[in-house]
Amino acid sequence: MSFPWANHYEPKHPLMQWMDEKLPLPRFVYNAIGAGYPVPRNLNYFWNFGVLAGFCLVLQIVTGVILAMHYAPNALIAFDSTEHIMRDVNWGWLMRYAHANGASAFFVVVYLHIFRGFFFGSYKAPREMIWLLGVVIFLLMMATAFMGYVLPWGQMSFWGAKVITGLFGAIPLVGEPLQQWLLGGFAPDNAALNRFFSLHFLLPFVIAAVVILHIWALHIPGSSNPTGVEVKTESDTVPFHPYYTAKDGFGLGVFLILYCAMLFFLPNALGHPDNYIPANPMATPAHIVPEWYFWPFYAILRAFTFDFLFIPAKLMGVLAMFSSILVWFFLPWLDTSPVRSGHYRPLFRKFFFFGLIPTVLVLGYCGGAPAVEPYVMISQIATAYYFLHFLVILPLVSSIERPEPLPYSITESVLGSDDNADLKPAS
Amino acid sequence: MIRLFGILAGLFFSAAALWAFGNGAVNYITDPTAPTAEHEFHLLPKELNLASDGPFGKFDKQQLQRGFQVYKEVCSACHSLRHVAFRDLAALGYNEAEVKAIAAGFQVPGIDPATGETTTRPGLPIDYFPKPFANDIAARAANNNAVPPDLSLITKARHEGPAYVYSLLTGFQDQPAELVAKFPDAKTPNGLHYNPYFANLNLAMAPPLTSEGQVAYGEGNPKPTVDRMAQDVSAFLVWTAEPSLDKRKQTGWPVLGFLLFATVLAYLSKKEIWRDKKGH
Ligand code: HEC
Ligand code: HEM
Repeated sequence: MSFPWANHYEPKHPLMQWMDEKLPLPRFVYNAIGAGYPVPRNLNYFWNFGVLAGFCLVLQIVTGVILAMHYAPNALIAFDSTEHIMRDVNWGWLMRYAHANGASAFFVVVYLHIFRGFFFGSYKAPREMIWLLGVVIFLLMMATAFMGYVLPWGQMSFWGAKVITGLFGAIPLVGEPLQQWLLGGFAPDNAALNRFFSLHFLLPFVIAAVVILHIWALHIPGSSNPTGVEVKTESDTVPFHPYYTAKDGFGLGVFLILYCAMLFFLPNALGHPDNYIPANPMATPAHIVPEWYFWPFYAILRAFTFDFLFIPAKLMGVLAMFSSILVWFFLPWLDTSPVRSGHYRPLFRKFFFFGLIPTVLVLGYCGGAPAVEPYVMISQIATAYYFLHFLVILPLVSSIERPEPLPYSITESVLGSDDNADLKPAS
Repeated sequence: MIRLFGILAGLFFSAAALWAFGNGAVNYITDPTAPTAEHEFHLLPKELNLASDGPFGKFDKQQLQRGFQVYKEVCSACHSLRHVAFRDLAALGYNEAEVKAIAAGFQVPGIDPATGETTTRPGLPIDYFPKPFANDIAARAANNNAVPPDLSLITKARHEGPAYVYSLLTGFQDQPAELVAKFPDAKTPNGLHYNPYFANLNLAMAPPLTSEGQVAYGEGNPKPTVDRMAQDVSAFLVWTAEPSLDKRKQTGWPVLGFLLFATVLAYLSKKEIWRDKKGH
């Protein structure tokens, strides 16, 4: 769908007319991300992160395909083949650092994209499907990143794989057979490494497919905006091209500067030194920690140190870790306030800035720290708040809060007045 | 319905987390973890400044050559360098003949062309540094049951790697009397050596650098004090861990310069395009 005032694609050049009759791909692009797609005129830079996430996906696929040309998925030589890439392959060090730091950049971007959604209520009707597909993408990204980290077959690769697949062992009855089936053995070894490589190559393309659905779903209602007030008239929108291509282009430049600064000057800052030690099943590292982007979830996993009612602590941790993401699926129905944007929700805003954000940061910090006190106790409090926030506080806040008055339209919020407002009283 | 279910689930998870917190807090108070010798006597690495530090840093080839000499004459008796080939040494400023001579100075595993039996032969530039021990069992037997780790990646494989290696090499000392007084069980076992920079304080490596002049640096080089040799070999091990470091930084600056330029242009065109529209 599009708004009635959207520009129409009219190919002028005979070649383009010919093309349009045979395969209207240019028309499709024009309507999807070109001048034929009207977008709210008031989007701030938080609306840049979807495009940046798409850029990161392409970056990961390109660098990943090149790495796969030189990498050897065999437990005996996987570590050495990554070093071969770093030392002997022309620009191999660049490809490997770009891919490793690209994963981090991708998660930074996607976390900002998700928190944009949390704050501006982007998950609410009519955009539930965009949101649900987004959560699916995030789960796929986590699986992809986890399996990718196993490939260099360093100490953290091996022990991370062991800990994470060990989680399945916590499931009652079927746990252990399931874990062995997933690994193809009793512990991570060649069979596991091979299937992780195969899946790590496959999943980004699955993500790409879900991203297409995500954007397709986005084009039905169109983008939301910082006021959360839906588009009413033509003066509320501008064509995506050139307005947002230009704005996103600038955002992409800023992103690339930060990314390249990391890549060229601190390429190992986000990695763990132990992964430069070849995997050794006989030597357990002092602290097994995943990559930074998993830390909040890892903290939740480790927060459950005591059996609760009849549930073993380990199973409780696994349930909580998966649930901490699964709750996002229910967000559109948990937060029932008709007002989308946090800008007009005084109570919601307080819980967002003073509850959710610090909680997630604290969980991230504790997840990266060793599992000793006081970090465990802190993550237990934070975990309790995390679940209360999404499952209890949001539903209650939506029913008791009195939102602040909304602008009549996007145009009014930008220009201070909207000529249409006098004709049609706000409904 | 979803909300009712959600509230119950939320209360359930937070109750479980708080239950764990309560139990943990009681344990923490009634049964505080006893301090350990590692906890109290372990030291973070000393400061080490190398020419290759920072975004503008570049390898000091003279220092790398000295560090290589220390590795060759001291460390190579126990530690391999398996990711480095002799040909790579050209990057330290050695010419072809010198690389050949260095390679020939090492015996590498080979096959007797007449009998097909395994033997050793002088190294060639394409060969990698040989392992000092035939296998891990031999390494353990000779080193108090510890395997000396390969050093190629050691400066990346430890937190603050270069400073850590330098501190470890210069950190051997007698075990402090207070440590033994406080933790009698933590007395350095026979055959191990006390070093506060090592994670568990006692390691199987005997101090490898013990006296000034242990490695004879050639004319025009600084005096080979223990500290100097330790710094030089640490610098060399930064190079073995990442031979592409110089190239990485040299590539980074033009890339950043270009991106900065392109981003300024992108900003100006964005401003131009949005001039007639008040947006955000
Ligand atoms: C006589 C044999 C020997 C020599 C010579 C020797 N080392 Fe070691 N080194 C060892 C052993 C054995 C270990 C393992 C110690 C342990 O794990 O307890 C070790 C461990 C190390 C470690 C790793 C410590 C850690 O954090 O695990 C470094 C770094 C190191 N040596 C550097 C050097 C350097 C640099 C030299 C040359 C100046 C050198 N060694 C010379 C035997 C030796
Ligand atoms: C590969 C990862 C992803 C890509 C490439 C991607 C791409 C995009 C793009 C291009 C847009 C439109 C521009 C924008 O609003 O920023 C968008 C919108 C959106 N995305 Fe994503 N996305 C990804 C992951 C996610 C995830 C993980 C979530 C949530 C869990 C999510 C939720 C949303 C929502 C709700 C919108 C609509 C926002 C609005 O209109 O206000 N996305 N996405």
